[in-house]
Amino acid sequence: MTVSDLKQSSPDSVKSKINWGRIEEADNFAKTVKMFRQGKYDEDSFRRFRLQHGAYGTRMTGDYAMVRIKLPAGEVYPDQIEKISQLSEQYSIGSAHFSTRENIQLHWVILEDVSEIFRGLAEVGLTSREACGNSVRNVMCSPLSGVCPDEEFDSTPYALATARFFLRNPMAQNLPRKFKFNFTCCEKHGMVRMVDVGLIPQIRDVDGSPQKGFKIFLGGGLGNKSYVGHQLEDFTPEEDLLYTSIAVVRIFDRLGDRKNLARNRMRYLVNDMGWENFQNLVLKERAIVRATQSVITQLDVDHTPNVIKRPIRISDESGSDSTPDGYARWLKTNTVKQTQADYRSVFLTLEAGDITSSQLSALADIIRNFSSEGKARSGFSQNIALRYVHEDDLPKLYSKLLEAGLAKSGALTMTAPIGCSGTTSCNLALTNSHRLAKEIQRKFLELKLDEDDDLSDSSIKISGCPNSCGQHGIATIGFFGGGGRVGKDMYANYQMSLGGRSDGDTMLGQTIQRVPAKRVIPVILKIIEIFKENKKPDDTLKSWIHRVVNGNEDSQIKSIADIKKILEPLVVPPTIEEDPDFYLDYGSDTSYHTKTGKGECAA
Amino acid sequence: MCCLTESDKITTDVDSLRSEIRDKSVRVIDVRREADYKQDHIPTSVNLPLANLLSDDSPERVLKLVNSMGIDDETPVVVYDDTFGALASRVAWTLEYLGHSDVTLLESTYGHWKSLGLENDSTVPEIQAKEHSLKLQPDILATSDYLETAKSRDDVILIDNRERLNFLEQHIPGAISLPYRTLASNDKILRPKEDMKRLLDNRGVTGNSEIITYCGSVGTLSGLAYYALKSAGLPNAKLYVRSFKEWKNLQKPTEKQEDASYWDLSAE
Repeated sequence: MTVSDLKQSSPDSVKSKINWGRIEEADNFAKTVKMFRQGKYDEDSFRRFRLQHGAYGTRMTGDYAMVRIKLPAGEVYPDQIEKISQLSEQYSIGSAHFSTRENIQLHWVILEDVSEIFRGLAEVGLTSREACGNSVRNVMCSPLSGVCPDEEFDSTPYALATARFFLRNPMAQNLPRKFKFNFTCCEKHGMVRMVDVGLIPQIRDVDGSPQKGFKIFLGGGLGNKSYVGHQLEDFTPEEDLLYTSIAVVRIFDRLGDRKNLARNRMRYLVNDMGWENFQNLVLKERAIVRATQSVITQLDVDHTPNVIKRPIRISDESGSDSTPDGYARWLKTNTVKQTQADYRSVFLTLEAGDITSSQLSALADIIRNFSSEGKARSGFSQNIALRYVHEDDLPKLYSKLLEAGLAKSGALTMTAPIGCSGTTSCNLALTNSHRLAKEIQRKFLELKLDEDDDLSDSSIKISGCPNSCGQHGIATIGFFGGGGRVGKDMYANYQMSLGGRSDGDTMLGQTIQRVPAKRVIPVILKIIEIFKENKKPDDTLKSWIHRVVNGNEDSQIKSIADIKKILEPLVVPPTIEEDPDFYLDYGSDTSYHTKTGKGECAA
Repeated sequence: MCCLTESDKITTDVDSLRSEIRDKSVRVIDVRREADYKQDHIPTSVNLPLANLLSDDSPERVLKLVNSMGIDDETPVVVYDDTFGALASRVAWTLEYLGHSDVTLLESTYGHWKSLGLENDSTVPEIQAKEHSLKLQPDILATSDYLETAKSRDDVILIDNRERLNFLEQHIPGAISLPYRTLASNDKILRPKEDMKRLLDNRGVTGNSEIITYCGSVGTLSGLAYYALKSAGLPNAKLYVRSFKEWKNLQKPTEKQEDASYWDLSAE
């Protein structure tokens, strides 16, 4: 008997039906990097090529890249998570990072190793192709699509079909700028007005029979300048979904600004042209697209239902049934009931999206053992969710998450702030927004703010520069980084905004004042204190701030100017002699100075 | 046996080792801690905990250890550990440095051996001491002095096998980063030869360059890399066995990746 006879088959694991990867792209990338190093490619063409394949530049160096792995519709399978765990250990820093757009990022990868990552990804059906660059970026879908009590139907198959249609599609290889689709379940859980194309599933009664379709929003987006999207029409039937998508991409391709890099997202085109003109153009273009297809093109939507099968765990019988400490708190702040009876969706609290390779590996097993759909979904806020967890399995799941260090509470509350990668790896960053998000989370969990119902629907989001990767504009309390100065001494400083939201009442936060990095935590705590003093019984921080920013509050706080007045004493910089620590950004022991390289979004 | 094939062979696969054990034609060295060894080990193996070796790895002492393990110049030796091959590599390299040419690494770890349900026992074999000659191989050793002059040469490649974050924080100037985790494949301590060649080729580690490996302190991770290079057909490798710990103690120059807070991206 030889060893191969003894090998055990791996346990039951659901695998992706769609293979997004192409192994030949790995070889091609390796060859191209060599040619670039030999000087046979100029910087600009190489950068375009690199970005098209999902490898982004890294802060202050050309030797490293960040590989952005797309999880279309947010879906990820156990074998894929195991592979990413392995790749992060081999080629990155032993951690991976969940982004706000359902990507997993591997940072500080040596450029020459990127092709090895592509190879590994292709083995499990994943790709980073068109995760960066001027292409259709990862197509997102709400992590609750299919299980949300408020949705009309599950838009996941449509998100996947849209991703398949545009990936490697010649029409989307050289757009004026990046282009993003977000599908959602309902108004509350998506971000449909803050993206190029946002879609909410709708069912209409047409001549007595139900007709599936979408509410489509166009021209929104967060950035140096942010805009809220416009609804195209009352209802877009499902057979028009692809025609509409193609029409919008074609208009953007034709009319988008290819010269002015700072203003070339579609939202600027919509704004410059005026919504009604743009809307007419889309409707006309759609008629042309529909009429000129040589064959009837439809999205290839796979309607096969997911198999829902509660995993059988033989080892369950052993051990005590006592529920570990912290279970009730975790259950309250990390799980939501599904529309399917007896099942919950469980969100994991990560620190600004970071997860170690060993946690990823543990997570793969946890998914196999606890999710009745056998896969997981990444979310919109640097996190990941297990769905279809049976109510009876929750205490056991909590124990397993505890063992893996993944059982922190607060995932669905304000205590899980978003922080972009900031100065940990990004060329454009001015501050360490990433670490700040972690500091806030640690402090707020220590204060048990996650258990406060008044705070649970609010959010804190932090960007390390004005470019909004941390989505500060739609946060209840948002921050973006910059530098402040006292004499010749510089310190990390954030512009704070209040009242942003991305739901049915989407609006951008109003800027209130600058807050030094080392004063952000006391300032947020002070805002909570002001709110508690002035709230009405049913108020949450979010609803209260909404009234304040809209001038509808009748307590002693009438406007954000009143809040600003109270906060002012907290944000006065001390001298460097009084408080040297004030002049160091989080995570740094050397004096603060702003330093940036070239951005690549626009390359 | 021809020397060429002998030096080509870096690892011994599980099936070959089992048959060599049956033929009694091999000396197996288990480098785990004594307590682990006593519990169970691969049949007929002897125990040489790495810590024991490192307590004094002068050639004279190592020679005594080798003799006491019943190894002479002709004895084929296979070394294993339960630490992805790094500790075993350090021991194998030491034997090679002493002048023993027929030493290989078990292709996987002891943990993997056991997970396959393969034979193990707790019997400590009785060993008859043998006489090994002493023919030091200075060509496979790099000292700090040697490294200091060599690293400026164009045909010398210096490889740092520590984890990426450690490398970013501080490394020997001119080194390239190849974390030890990169060297393994799923259940083997080293990747298949073609895979290894492709990886190294992408990184420009090719041809006739002299390659020096180092890691954090005692040359374990970089010992594994030393064998990884040989497995890819790059024989001109040296181990800087005292590694970065000595380099720093000697206050020799180091380099770091500036202006980025990469540690804060780690989830540890």
